[in-house]
Amino acid sequence: MSRFGKGKILKKFFDLFPILLLYISVLNEFDFNYLNLTYFSFNFPFILIFYWSLKKPENLGYGLIFLAGLINDVVVGFPIGISSFSYLFICGFAAYLRNITLRPSIIKDWLFFMFTVLVVSSLTYSILILFFSFKLNYLDSIINITFTFFLYIIFANIFEIYQRLTSRTATND
Amino acid sequence: MEASRDDFVIAIRSAFIQRGNKQRFSLFFLLTLSILFLTLGKFNFRAIDIVKISLKELVYRSSFIVSVPENYIKNGYQSIKEHFTFYDHYQNLINENKELKSSIHIDNFISLENERLKKIIDDYLVVSNEIVAKVLIDKQSPFLRSIIINKGSKDNIKMGMAVLDDRYLVGKVVEVNFTTSRVLLLSDLNSKIPVTIEPNGYQSILSGNGQKDGIIQYSKQKTILNDGDIVYTSGSGGLFKSGIPIGKIKDDIADVSFFSDFSQLRFVKIVKFEKVSD
Repeated sequence: MSRFGKGKILKKFFDLFPILLLYISVLNEFDFNYLNLTYFSFNFPFILIFYWSLKKPENLGYGLIFLAGLINDVVVGFPIGISSFSYLFICGFAAYLRNITLRPSIIKDWLFFMFTVLVVSSLTYSILILFFSFKLNYLDSIINITFTFFLYIIFANIFEIYQRLTSRTATND
Repeated sequence: MEASRDDFVIAIRSAFIQRGNKQRFSLFFLLTLSILFLTLGKFNFRAIDIVKISLKELVYRSSFIVSVPENYIKNGYQSIKEHFTFYDHYQNLINENKELKSSIHIDNFISLENERLKKIIDDYLVVSNEIVAKVLIDKQSPFLRSIIINKGSKDNIKMGMAVLDDRYLVGKVVEVNFTTSRVLLLSDLNSKIPVTIEPNGYQSILSGNGQKDGIIQYSKQKTILNDGDIVYTSGSGGLFKSGIPIGKIKDDIADVSFFSDFSQLRFVKIVKFEKVSD
């Protein structure tokens, strides 16, 4: 009985892990600012949302992503709603890719991720500049997009391993 | 051709409009909600303001707690880094101390003389209140350079107040909540401060470059800047008093290296300057 209960709790935790990670990342921002690397920044929530929306959408509720976006806006200081908008757009692109894909391939996902990030970042950039008169550095955005794109493949593999390990643990339990 | 267009429409409709497995809301509904938030926020709609303020109070505190493990790593990294440069740093401080000791007597005389002269021209300003605040969040995103402090409207913090790190200007208050405030750092692209560049007394505007330095903007064409020239607040606009040190010109160009390291801010002083009344 207790074994069954432990397994259930573990499974629940594994299911909640992506959303917990998303909330930690928007509240904390994995920025590595203390390393003083001028030309390094990436958007971890983009990678996380795209991957999990594509592979296991049931683990990442849209409502919770919307809320995470609002929190991110508050932490970063952007107008409320802009991050939710970009996160949900990423979910939409991932869902579209999921619908049209018959044989999943990580390279195809990666390239589609690049397209997604470019579209979403352009939209966000345009809204902030045109609608809210924000002054943003174009080069910073490009660097951010580039690193986000390159790091996707690394994080995707890590998440893949995580999924394999957790499914095995859950099955054993 | 027709069939492939139909597939595209079906895939889009399924992705955005239909509610997915275990999803409570459709993407379309939430996207519309985000656009509504953005639009109403732009026009300062009351309900959105209330949501914004409540979220801020909650999120700033939570973010501080969530950041604790990362801060441990950050502090550890800084300690190790400082450990390696400890001896060089010590030698530099000894030399600097010698120079400072020799110039302190001249400075005292100049300060007194300056005070006397400012009184004559009715320009003497004094610090009216000084509030020490703790930095709760210093998540400097790649796009915005700001910090969150643990003092808000209940501590009489007002928009536009100057924020100092020891004696150096680091930014100004741009958002005030009940118990917290946001400070826009001088390194942000949106920060514009009227400055004086000494020893030549050039008047200009200092903007951030979005990274860790500043840049001199809108100065006269013939302005010649030298490496090591000091940048002070000019006092124009009446928001800050004149003469608060900000940074120095580096490499004979319009780049300004700030005296304060914005990534190391732990406590800051929020100051309001008022003219002294006789």
